[in-house]
Amino acid sequence: MNFVGKSIPKIDGMAIATGKPVYTEDLAPANALVVKLLRSPHAFARIRSIDVSKASKLKGIACVLTYKDVPRARFTLAGQSYPEPSPYDRLILDEIVRYVGDEVAIVAAADEETAEKAMKLIKVDYEVFEPVLDYEKAIDHRAVVHSESDLHCNFDIGMQKDRNIASSQKVEVGNVEEELQKCAVVVEETCYTKAQAHCMMETYRAFSYLDHTGRLVVVSSTQIPFHVRRQLARALNTPASRIRVIKPRIGGGFGGKQTGAVEMFAAIVTLRTGKPAKIIYDRKETFTATNSRHAMRLKVRLGADSEGFIRVVDIEGLSDTGAYGEHASTTFGVVGEKTLPLYNKTRAVRFMGNVVYTNKMPAGAFRGYGATQGTFALETAVNKLAEELNMDPAALRLKNLIKVGETTLVSEGKTLGSSTLHQCIEKGQALIGWKEKYPRQATGSSKVRGLGMAVTMQGSGIANIDTASAEIRLNDDGSYTLLIGSTDMGTGSDTILNQMAAEVLDTSVDTIIVHAADTDISPYDPGSYASSTTYVTGMAVVKAAEDLRRQIVESGARFMNAALEEVDFDGQTLSTLDGEKSISLQKIAELQVLGFGGSRQLVGYATHGSSVSPPPFIAGFAEVEVDQETGKIELVDYVAVIDCGTVINPNLAAIQAEGGLVQGIGMAMYEDVRHDAWGRMMTDSFMEYKIPTRKDIGSIKVVFEECFEPTGPFGAKSIGEVVINTPPPAIAHAVYNAVGVRVTDLPITPEKVFLKMQKPGHHR
Amino acid sequence: MQIEINLNGKKVSIKVKKNEMLADTLRAHGVYSIRKGCDTACCGLCTVWVEEKPVLSCAFLSLKAQGKSITTLEGLQEEAEAFAQHLVAEGSEQCGFCSPGFIMTVLAMKRELKNPSDEEIIHYLTGNLCRCTGYLGQLRAIKKYLGVAQHEFCR
Repeated sequence: MNFVGKSIPKIDGMAIATGKPVYTEDLAPANALVVKLLRSPHAFARIRSIDVSKASKLKGIACVLTYKDVPRARFTLAGQSYPEPSPYDRLILDEIVRYVGDEVAIVAAADEETAEKAMKLIKVDYEVFEPVLDYEKAIDHRAVVHSESDLHCNFDIGMQKDRNIASSQKVEVGNVEEELQKCAVVVEETCYTKAQAHCMMETYRAFSYLDHTGRLVVVSSTQIPFHVRRQLARALNTPASRIRVIKPRIGGGFGGKQTGAVEMFAAIVTLRTGKPAKIIYDRKETFTATNSRHAMRLKVRLGADSEGFIRVVDIEGLSDTGAYGEHASTTFGVVGEKTLPLYNKTRAVRFMGNVVYTNKMPAGAFRGYGATQGTFALETAVNKLAEELNMDPAALRLKNLIKVGETTLVSEGKTLGSSTLHQCIEKGQALIGWKEKYPRQATGSSKVRGLGMAVTMQGSGIANIDTASAEIRLNDDGSYTLLIGSTDMGTGSDTILNQMAAEVLDTSVDTIIVHAADTDISPYDPGSYASSTTYVTGMAVVKAAEDLRRQIVESGARFMNAALEEVDFDGQTLSTLDGEKSISLQKIAELQVLGFGGSRQLVGYATHGSSVSPPPFIAGFAEVEVDQETGKIELVDYVAVIDCGTVINPNLAAIQAEGGLVQGIGMAMYEDVRHDAWGRMMTDSFMEYKIPTRKDIGSIKVVFEECFEPTGPFGAKSIGEVVINTPPPAIAHAVYNAVGVRVTDLPITPEKVFLKMQKPGHHR
Repeated sequence: MQIEINLNGKKVSIKVKKNEMLADTLRAHGVYSIRKGCDTACCGLCTVWVEEKPVLSCAFLSLKAQGKSITTLEGLQEEAEAFAQHLVAEGSEQCGFCSPGFIMTVLAMKRELKNPSDEEIIHYLTGNLCRCTGYLGQLRAIKKYLGVAQHEFCR
């Protein structure tokens, strides 16, 4: 392999690192109207009256829009393939406001100052309702978050909106209650995860304008250009063919930008005024009025026989989707999908529960997408089970985890195509010093060190749904253009797709121009989410490149009057095997593109989807030091051994892993979302919401235990999401082993550890 | 009000409002390497140099820049590229949005600290947040750039 498996630098790396103007805001026209949003101060209210007359008359104001001025068709902002599983429960502006921060009016002005001034002149009279703030009390609450009659679901997701249930699910194979009776040991644990904030460094932003044919062009920092086009078409009552969405360089996404947040506000201003418009959220709006991870309560019951075989996995959950149902049913389903298949010696498994509406900021997609929450709950319970069984938790896992070629109760007969998870565990144990240090070591002072572990799986794309197309052209000068619709948000996916194409075509990465993403130009791609780009788009690129290679060989052979079996293409030159004749790629390109009659430009094309979503795996190990006098926790060492199939670009994969682990460490130890009694989010800045800094992480080791996934491009699976899952349960386990305190509600703060250590009955 | 500043070695005169922050002034002046990532002087994205010292331009009144020398990444392109080569070689630029402010701080550190230890590097850069990389690749890049003796990263 010349390019696959090599640490090729990102093709856009130097431009973005050295501050070149390649992001959304940098590209906005100087004369764009500034769009600002007036937001609800109430968690739940009806707009009794709204008076914008004074604001509209202000000099420099282009338009002020209220719920009376927007189309009435409900839609979802979730970036999902049509028909979206998320309910159509939104309007651009609604008469009812459903959380503190929900949009009340759109103001567009020549400059920011005027827009701000106009917002203060809008008079709103609210009829304030009692809100639903505690998601554990949402079902059958007196208040109903969505009582409107025109809410629409594309298909049954178990919604009972009158009871505040957005989705209800149940998967059971075997009889859980019966099998639990037969188990020698049963453990139960209830875990809580918070509505983590993505905190991508570039906040949400977009700008729009009308092109020379009067079509609406939206340039947005988005992971989902094609989905945004569909959302805008519905929300604005405009044909999708009249809309173009362009994604420039993006300053991070982490799933947040898999939900449309701002595009519709700029777009409607451009449609109403005919003028360019831009909207840039500040950090507070990004925290309080976009989307987050779904907060969840997950109750796990595990049953094992006396030999330590896990026979029952039962998870009952409750998920908080907030005011709108973006990704409500699907994130919840993933909790079960990425936990139930792990331990496959089971005789009965069940996952069930509800997703509820509340009057808080809507949740959405966030790296891990339910698997993160599920992993915390399942692995916390597995660690507890190991203790009850008096078994080493690593040994318990090695005994029970699925292996290559095996099936599970929920996999409908499909066997696991690749896994090195068992080796990952063994290697991780060696690297963290499991044998020497588990479970704890006193340091001689008030501090004690503990070790913990967790394993996880994710998917690679969404089976039978994610479908990506790729096109690659041979240009007139012998170079190539690769057209894709996936959305590199800093991960380096444009680069690794370039590597794959270069590998197939035996060329160098810099002879391939990579273009993404523009709905007018790119072939269809759902966008970069669900760990799909390497695996799904990657395979489309491989097939497209193979298609083109075949055409190049056929063309060259034809020009040389040689048989196909007699020629060889080395990426530069096509030669007959006897060495008699040859033709350069450049000449083939020239003849195909510029030649007369019968010639055509060679274009490779492929559309690819997969009927499986092969799981990447990780074994994660944490060593923490806890101060018994204060509860202070220091993460000393973290080891993650990763099976993502073939590693396409080792450096970029390592950075994905390190970044995801640190985001998981943030979720485990620091990131705490708090609301006041009226539903206002108090953690709305980096002063209040702490993400890890350089000082908050200890040593982190990332190691790859590669394997070949038969359905993946060059044997690759995925890396983007799985990396975030292990820190919460592994760190919780390590803290438990250090001081005997099991924290089951994230984040694991010194305060919680200290208070639990003071409880009667605590000893260690 | 009009301020006269030395921007990346060139004298410029810019009209500013009395409550305007330097980050906004400079961006409006076409200095696009400056990014804002928070509104609370926490993230370090908007770092520029005032009189060779790193400051957060989102919290620095433009009026206070009167008569001062302001350096942004645009004024340090050669040096920035030399460091960025290392950053990119590690893959640790990732989304790149925090890179300009980060690089401004790294280059200031290079002038200020001689043979910094890992702890000193981490301490100097704590005010520069990054959500993509987990910081480790950035440290590898810095150490290679500074030519600090290679030893296993362990804080």
